[in-house]
Amino acid sequence: MVSPDIVVVGAGVIGAACAEALSASGLKVTVLDRAGIAGGTTAAGEGNVLVSDKAPGPELELARASRRRWPDLLAALREELGPTLAEAEWEAKGGLVVATTEEAAAPLAHFAAAQRAVGISADELTPEAAAQLEPHLTRGVTAAVHYPEDAQLQPVLAATTLLAAVRARGGEVRAGTAARGVTRDAAGRVSGVRTDDGTLACRAVVNACGPWAGSFAARAGAPITVLPRRGMILVTGPLPAGTVRRKVYDADYVGAVASSDADLQTSTVVESTRAGTVLIGSSRERVGFDETVRVDVLRELARKAVALFPVLAGVPVMRAYGGFRPYAPDHLPVIGADPRLPGLWHATGHEGAGIGLAAATGRLLADLYTGAVPEVDPEPFRVDRPAVIEGERAA
Amino acid sequence: MSRVVVVGGGPAGMAAARAAGAAGVEVLLVDSGARLGGQYHRQDSRAGTERFTLPSGVEYLGDSVVWALEPVAGGHRVHVRTGPADGPGRTGRSVDTPALVLATGAYDRALPFPGWDLPGVFTAGAAQALAKGQGVRVGERVLLAGTGPFLLPVARSLLDVGARVVGVLEAGEPVTGWLARPGGLLAGTGKLGELAGHAALLARHRVPYRRRTAVVEAHGTDRVEAVTAARLNPDWTVVPGSSRRVEVDAVCVGFGFTPQLELAVAARCALAGGFVAVDVAQATSVRGVFAAGELTGIGGAELSAAEGTIAGASAARLLGARPAPPVRALRKARTGRRFAAALDAAHPVRDGWRSWLREDTLVCRCEEVPYGELCAAAREREAYGGRSLKLVTRAGLGPCQGRICGRAVAELTGIQDAAATFARRPIAAPLRLGELAEDPGPQPEAL
Repeated sequence: MVSPDIVVVGAGVIGAACAEALSASGLKVTVLDRAGIAGGTTAAGEGNVLVSDKAPGPELELARASRRRWPDLLAALREELGPTLAEAEWEAKGGLVVATTEEAAAPLAHFAAAQRAVGISADELTPEAAAQLEPHLTRGVTAAVHYPEDAQLQPVLAATTLLAAVRARGGEVRAGTAARGVTRDAAGRVSGVRTDDGTLACRAVVNACGPWAGSFAARAGAPITVLPRRGMILVTGPLPAGTVRRKVYDADYVGAVASSDADLQTSTVVESTRAGTVLIGSSRERVGFDETVRVDVLRELARKAVALFPVLAGVPVMRAYGGFRPYAPDHLPVIGADPRLPGLWHATGHEGAGIGLAAATGRLLADLYTGAVPEVDPEPFRVDRPAVIEGERAA
Repeated sequence: MSRVVVVGGGPAGMAAARAAGAAGVEVLLVDSGARLGGQYHRQDSRAGTERFTLPSGVEYLGDSVVWALEPVAGGHRVHVRTGPADGPGRTGRSVDTPALVLATGAYDRALPFPGWDLPGVFTAGAAQALAKGQGVRVGERVLLAGTGPFLLPVARSLLDVGARVVGVLEAGEPVTGWLARPGGLLAGTGKLGELAGHAALLARHRVPYRRRTAVVEAHGTDRVEAVTAARLNPDWTVVPGSSRRVEVDAVCVGFGFTPQLELAVAARCALAGGFVAVDVAQATSVRGVFAAGELTGIGGAELSAAEGTIAGASAARLLGARPAPPVRALRKARTGRRFAAALDAAHPVRDGWRSWLREDTLVCRCEEVPYGELCAAAREREAYGGRSLKLVTRAGLGPCQGRICGRAVAELTGIQDAAATFARRPIAAPLRLGELAEDPGPQPEAL
């Protein structure tokens, strides 16, 4: 058997995007996952491809690059794989951020102005104009900003599409194979990945284990700090088309993403899916990997969703599900080579934005690996920043 | 005040409430039905009198669903909504308990076949509930099909409400199955007498009972007009040339039962073979949580009641009561389990049912996922993990959340752990977003 050039550990959307981009560069790629593919954080995601929730800075630049790349990538894969296998329910539906208190109105306007200054489409609307975009929206809107660039896709379809491309190019995807660590050659470089089925020889390994990336990095001998933050989502029964048209969220979302001071935060995001159901997110809890569902968290999500869309009060909740978002202490993704161990690469720490950021993350990692000039400045995401490699020691 | 909470008002739950009440502890019995008795003792909702009595000290909460269960210090918090499921104005209540008895029972297992989504196709249990609970017959000419002894009492209920039962089709070869386990057979003499009574009634009404025969297709445009019945090989594939058309206006199918696991899974009780694992005291793997009845294995009302008695006594003991060991119930449970094991072995579901499906047969009816698409999506996207399979195919994502199709989807796509995939539902019963949003009021009723 011919050894792969590179092994990607983790078959979530980030691992899938890295594997796709690497295989597009002509490399032979094998993807491993200890469980089924796209069954962890990716399966618990809403499928957000957002620019609206990010302040100007490196993550917004990555988000913009990803927003440009996703539709092109999916179009190219449609040519390569056919329409069925490349279907990922992409919808460029736009986002609407609303403030519902007088106090929140000015910060939202300020946030949007800063985004406009760097070229984001962030159109301030009157409450009347917002009501025209979303007829069922609460009348208690004090300010609203429309983000036409916000989009959505179905994360598991997206990840499985990317992995199908990897297989079509001669790569391999092995579900149910846990990576236990790496082997090194005499020079100290990565020479393989240890699995329960033996060692898989390769020249490089990408750690795309999401919230479990810290654990794999430690086993590989190059620890990084990536922590889990729990999130819950409610799903309603199917509703008539047009009940909720865009991604609609309360402006307090902006604060929650960037913050790390509370152990529980909820901020409302309401959006419909192509199946007609409405997704209601999302909470942020720092509870480690505890999967226990807290009813007060679900209640808070429901309460805020009904406040935003009173019509939803009578709608049945069909299910609730949760997952773990991976975050680095400085809340920036970790993308690039690990300078401490040649041949080890990381792509993780995307917190709640991994679906959206995946396309550009895969491209960036592949560009860095092949020596191509990256579209996005990789410096802010580098592995050896203090928060990522010294936080480990502090923790 | 500390009290036992029992979920489920069937034979197991009632027995648990009685045993705990008799031991002198306070009990709250929560049941989704309008009246006590569960599916087995389904009461006529039109009758003016209540058939069952409960000892004082047992508070009974009917028309009530437990929609969530969460761990709290020293026990569990049970979240209840009370009132008609489809009506507005249900009220909410949260109760903490150190001793929870789950007796949530089981529901019919249905197998998909072409036409099973037509109106007029019922599960055997639904047909029986309509007959016993409301005096409604699901059709004038009704055919029953499936496997297991439960088809007989359903036929009887249909006859009682004046339906013409044109036949009972048993897919298996129960005689052979029973002979392989004579010990188990003898353990169930009481049960066999009950079944013999049903069989005699069917004979009097000249209802044919056919072995190794099944309904493999239902026909009709707006509703069932006829079915195709066929002889089966031992593996349940169709014997070529044996198909015949039977004119009916309703067909009832039941292929055994699936335990109602949501709450047990939410409490993180260990499962074994798809059922909740319990010890001799009906204790689950989770401290303070007991399980009784069909949730722990399919064995009928008598076994369920015996297990309920044991569970109720165990729960009371956890609250400091000193009930006498329920010796009779323990003995009954032992023999009952042997009978249940024999029953289970005599009525296996054979893989050949898959050959009844066509590419366009809907496997998941809520999301309208046909067999061909289900398998193609799973194969092409290699989505063999439970969670990704659901999201790639949409099977099991609709209003029933895989209750009906989950086991079939798992078997058709090779998912090992159907129970964990489809019973992990933090919101265990449907409720409106407005109900979920409701202020819980003051602190939950104390532990």
